[in-house]
Amino acid sequence: MAAPRSFLWSRRIFLTLLTGFVLLPVYVMLSSSLKPLQDVSGKFRWVPSGLTVRPYIDIWSTVPLAKYFVNSLIVAGAATVCSVVIAIFAAYGVSRYRFRGKRLFTVTVLSTQMFPGILFLLPLFLIYVNIGNATGIALFGSRIGLILTYLTFSLPFSIWMLIGYFESVPRDLDEAAMVDGCGPLGALFRVVVPAAIPGIVAVAVYAFMTAWGEVLFASVMTNDTTRTLAVGLKGYATQSDVYWNQVMAASLVVSVPVVAGFLLLQRYLVAGLTAGAVK
Amino acid sequence: MTVTAEPAVGEEALPGATGPTPRRRTGRVRRIALPYLLLLPALLLELLVHLVPMVIGIVMSFKELTQFYIRDWGAAPWAGFDNYSLSVDFDAPVGAALLDSFFVTCAFTVLSVGLCWLLGTTAAVYMQETFRGRGFLRAVFLIPYALPVYAAVITWAFMFQHDNGLVNHVLHDQLGLTDSPSFWLIGDNSFIALLVVSVWKGWPFAFLIVMAGLQNIPRDLYEAAAIDGAGMLQQLRRITLPSLRPVNQVLVLVLFLWTFNDFNTPYVLFGKAAPEAADLISIHIYQSSFVTWNFGTGSAMSVLLLLFLLVVTGVYLVLTSRGRRSADV
Repeated sequence: MAAPRSFLWSRRIFLTLLTGFVLLPVYVMLSSSLKPLQDVSGKFRWVPSGLTVRPYIDIWSTVPLAKYFVNSLIVAGAATVCSVVIAIFAAYGVSRYRFRGKRLFTVTVLSTQMFPGILFLLPLFLIYVNIGNATGIALFGSRIGLILTYLTFSLPFSIWMLIGYFESVPRDLDEAAMVDGCGPLGALFRVVVPAAIPGIVAVAVYAFMTAWGEVLFASVMTNDTTRTLAVGLKGYATQSDVYWNQVMAASLVVSVPVVAGFLLLQRYLVAGLTAGAVK
Repeated sequence: MTVTAEPAVGEEALPGATGPTPRRRTGRVRRIALPYLLLLPALLLELLVHLVPMVIGIVMSFKELTQFYIRDWGAAPWAGFDNYSLSVDFDAPVGAALLDSFFVTCAFTVLSVGLCWLLGTTAAVYMQETFRGRGFLRAVFLIPYALPVYAAVITWAFMFQHDNGLVNHVLHDQLGLTDSPSFWLIGDNSFIALLVVSVWKGWPFAFLIVMAGLQNIPRDLYEAAAIDGAGMLQQLRRITLPSLRPVNQVLVLVLFLWTFNDFNTPYVLFGKAAPEAADLISIHIYQSSFVTWNFGTGSAMSVLLLLFLLVVTGVYLVLTSRGRRSADV
């Protein structure tokens, strides 16, 4: 089908404008991160007056960025591992067996995703404070406490997506394995999990990404030692001044790992994300 | 218990088998129990992170939970429906502010979801056919989706700065559209700023889902239509959009829930107290709870929000499924 010329032109114009809109903040982030401070404090300039890598050196000492980085890594990593491992069992159960309460379970998992985070924030906050008072275990402000709160969104999401992936693995495969003498768990780990590895990796990346970018729980449930990047980036704003070049450099540094991971795995991610919606 | 359970998959009734032997019975019990065992860790955690907090949240909403009772919230006095009547008393300051915030959130959500859908669908339709650079553009369009929210929104906050931001530089210095540089992060303009950031961040999701939906439309439909003399616009109206309907129904619901509940964007853009014009409901509840330390009222507002979302989602699902059913007939 030959597209008319007007279509080609309208497409060209629309996609160019959209690309500009999408990339504008990326350009601002990159160019400002290489500007000297007087350049970002004064009027905005499209072309920097001079380039410097100084902000990339200073970001590590202005705020303890490395510490925040490690905190984010630990919290997001642990939340990801927990939710993916638990979701593997649950998704296998749902995709391979018929049992009483199956529908109730999937509907519950699905519907918890619509609950606003703010709904869980207040009760979890009070639960942690009270557990701390009663037992001396400091959940509030600790990494464990934050990891638990992150499961409120990463677990239902992981279960939901893995059910889709496991259902796309042909049932004959694990039934054949069971005929050959595998138990159900043997079939899960020798056949279903290996076959669904792309899906599992995608779910893990997505869970990690969401935890890495989470702001609400991190801003309430962390203290000086457990602060994550989401909260830590505010440290570049002092009472008198905002080191915008350092803010932009730090933003870029914390974005690169997840954006790179996302773009590398986008094929699997997109397949998984859309499977649920399109079906 | 196990007697009433449905048979698990793979469990055939063996003809001629005369009652289960003890060994076979343990195998049967194990097979019926197995799905529950697989679900057990997930169930326990769901209980811990969802059910228990929700029950406590509802209990909290009936208590007079101020900062004096945070250390021991069980001791807080019962408030009955006071928190609720305070929240919905629209003539008093608390209720009036909540109502304002609710309307702002509704307007914001409708505009944001509409624009995200429009941009995403247009881009996806334009990129339905392959052309040079399509893969590259697709990757570029995913960047807003992949960037951590705070990094992206903080960059927008920088662009919206009054003195050294790009937006004022372009609008005022370069294009001369405004008499003086505008304020974007306070006052009425903050609504526009929030909307722009939200659309920037949200439209790639619509793009992804619609792209996937377009791939499921059989090519021969278009070929047949082209032979019958249908132009591109007609094909869009008669084939593409109707085929996308089920996809769009899910997409719009998901976008609605995300946008309505969004906390990250306004919080990073404006800080703890959003300007009135951009006071989204989740940040309003956050402020009522953690800044003024009144958890009881905050919880009541959360429960009201949840009820509203449940009703809207329920009505939406009923309407769309009825539409689908009547379309099938």
